[in-house]
Amino acid sequence: MNLRSIVPWLAGSLLMAGALGGAVADESDAPQRDYQVPLPEAPAGEATFQPPAEADIPDTPYGDMVRLGRDLFLDTQRLRDEYVFNDQNCSNCHLDAGRLANSAPMWASVGMYPAYRGKNDKVNTMAERIQGCFTYSMNGIPPEYGSEPLVALQTYFHWLATGAPINESLPGRGYPGLEEPAQAPDRGRGAELFAERCAICHGDGGQGQTVGERQVFPPLWGDGAYNWGAGMHRVNTAANFIKANMPLGQPYSLSDQQAWDLAAFINGHERPQDPRRRTLKSVDETDRIFHQHMGYYGDTVDGHRLGDHDDYGENPGAE
Amino acid sequence: MSAMRIAGGLGLVVGLGLAAGPGFALEGDADRGERVAGTCTACHQADGMGMAMPQGESWPRLAGLPAAYIAKQLHDFKAGRRENATMMPFANMLDDQQIVDVAAYYAQLAPWPSLPDDYRAADPGKSAEWLAERGDWSRTVPGCNQCHGPNGQGVGSHFPPLAGQHAGYLAAQLEGWREGRRRNDPNGLMRGVAERLSDDEIASIADYYATLPERLAASGAPLTGEDAQ
Ligand code: HEC
Ligand code: HEC
Ligand code: HEC
Ligand code: HEC
Repeated sequence: MNLRSIVPWLAGSLLMAGALGGAVADESDAPQRDYQVPLPEAPAGEATFQPPAEADIPDTPYGDMVRLGRDLFLDTQRLRDEYVFNDQNCSNCHLDAGRLANSAPMWASVGMYPAYRGKNDKVNTMAERIQGCFTYSMNGIPPEYGSEPLVALQTYFHWLATGAPINESLPGRGYPGLEEPAQAPDRGRGAELFAERCAICHGDGGQGQTVGERQVFPPLWGDGAYNWGAGMHRVNTAANFIKANMPLGQPYSLSDQQAWDLAAFINGHERPQDPRRRTLKSVDETDRIFHQHMGYYGDTVDGHRLGDHDDYGENPGAE
Repeated sequence: MSAMRIAGGLGLVVGLGLAAGPGFALEGDADRGERVAGTCTACHQADGMGMAMPQGESWPRLAGLPAAYIAKQLHDFKAGRRENATMMPFANMLDDQQIVDVAAYYAQLAPWPSLPDDYRAADPGKSAEWLAERGDWSRTVPGCNQCHGPNGQGVGSHFPPLAGQHAGYLAAQLEGWREGRRRNDPNGLMRGVAERLSDDEIASIADYYATLPERLAASGAPLTGEDAQ
């Protein structure tokens, strides 16, 4: 798809809706399923659910596992080179240690799984959802079922959701969906705005900033960033995130149009290859099966075809 | 003093650009800066460590602040974006060349203490530590260290170090933002944070950072840099 303007995206998604049968057939053939299929949008309105305070984590073996999950969520880099192969921590995209409403908080997610998704025609579990974020957002290798990191993260989320209803989509879940922009998202306008409002933290080249070993501001593109399969590489998802969460400490300070322009600018940059490409024949095939949405994968931007490379970042591939 | 020059001529321009300062590159020279600093030592002290004045206005430590940050502050005083009756006349005396020179001088005078950068879980029972590490997102206050770096040791030249600075000075800055005397933060990144803090929080977070290097040292954490015991 040519995704330089919103019009082809919209046309593309309409086409997709029409051709859903075909797409599903393709996907069930695909070697790795799309674990990141988004859930339906959360109901509008102020978030009312409050996760418990950390001071109240019990002093029990359960509480110890909660604390370990919290630490892994904030400091996912301790799993670097084993399960994590970029510079991210879970809390980079799920702010306040996964507690903040409209920042895809974990307490709102827990009660939504297991969930059936037509898109991959199976019942998806929370464990798989977490593994999805490892594979794509962390450009990593997902921890095995029953492994300590997975158990710890799930225990932490379970504790965060103490008292939350099951099987109910709560206000504050996910990132709030923006209306379609008045004008097509524009990378040029996004670039200017990025220099004004974002580069002071994320760097002129989107490379982020570190102090010693510690990543303080995450990189937004390049090898240290989320890969081409991550939910955040979708322009609409990034726009939703940015509007409600960035600049840090100044949520909702950008107009919707600005959030769209910034998302287009950020996601029009190179990043580690979509890991599903490893077992597919070509970029074209990967694009056709997995990229029928608002993203620049497979598009030519500034004379360069995005995603047309064998750079998987630091990820060596499974086994 | 060493004849170290700031290699960061470019960084300096970027820093000033954000505050709409002059857009030309001047290279700072620490030797020339030492001569300029003759007028500063009365308050900031010969070693650049400043002085805590329990009853009055504290003079901030300058030694080891990033050169681009120092230069930006001096331009901000001159332009009135940062108001302080004691400091403004001294900034007003300096021309652009003297500003980058004295900034280069103080930046290399002594390294700012470099503190541990590894993750450490914050204790919810300690309110200042919690504010520093985790903030209070119910009021949209990010953790101070999310911008000021691990243990508040500063990030690049835009986010100054807080740990090891004098408590009275730190508190005065937070009050300055709340009361509109300090209006020089890029894109209002700091003002919003300061406005959401209570008086008690300002006092306790200022004390937390002022004493953090000593407390970390006492707890056996490895420290580097002078003044880090
Ligand atoms: C680069 C950003 C990024 C990082 C890093 C990241 N995620 Fe996500 N995560 C997302 C996006 C985007 C979504 C989809 C949210 C949506 O569509 O509303 C998501 C969704 C989720 C969900 C489902 C939320 C829901 O309500 O359906 C879970 C659970 C999750 N992430 C866990 C994790 C864990 C655990 C980590 C660390 C191992 C992590 N994430 C790291 C971006 C990220
Ligand atoms: C004051 C510093 C600061 C500014 C300014 C800022 N960010 Fe961020 N940004 C962060 C931090 C810190 C995180 C990680 C959040 C966390 O860990 O709590 C982040 C996370 C992100 C992410 C999540 C993706 C990832 O890979 O981790 C995106 C996207 C993002 N920022 C975009 C922007 C955009 C667009 C702007 C400008 C409108 C912006 N940011 C301005 C500090 C900043
Ligand atoms: C009479 C005392 C005095 C003298 C002399 C003085 N200063 Fe200051 N300086 C202060 C005070 C007080 C402050 C804190 C101002 C405030 O609260 O905004 C300050 C603040 C500063 C800051 C800001 C530090 C920061 O962390 O943001 C810089 C930079 C500075 N002075 C540089 C200088 C230089 C260079 C000279 C000599 C040319 C000088 N000062 C002379 C009292 C003085
Ligand atoms: C969103 C980013 C951000 C957060 C979060 C943040 N700060 Fe800042 N802070 C800044 C910036 C940027 C400056 C430098 C402003 C300038 O250029 O003058 C600054 C400067 C300061 C200064 C002045 C230092 C000096 O030498 O003059 C103090 C004090 C301070 N911050 C305290 C805090 C405290 C306490 C917190 C947590 C409650 C905090 N900051 C959180 C961005 C932030």
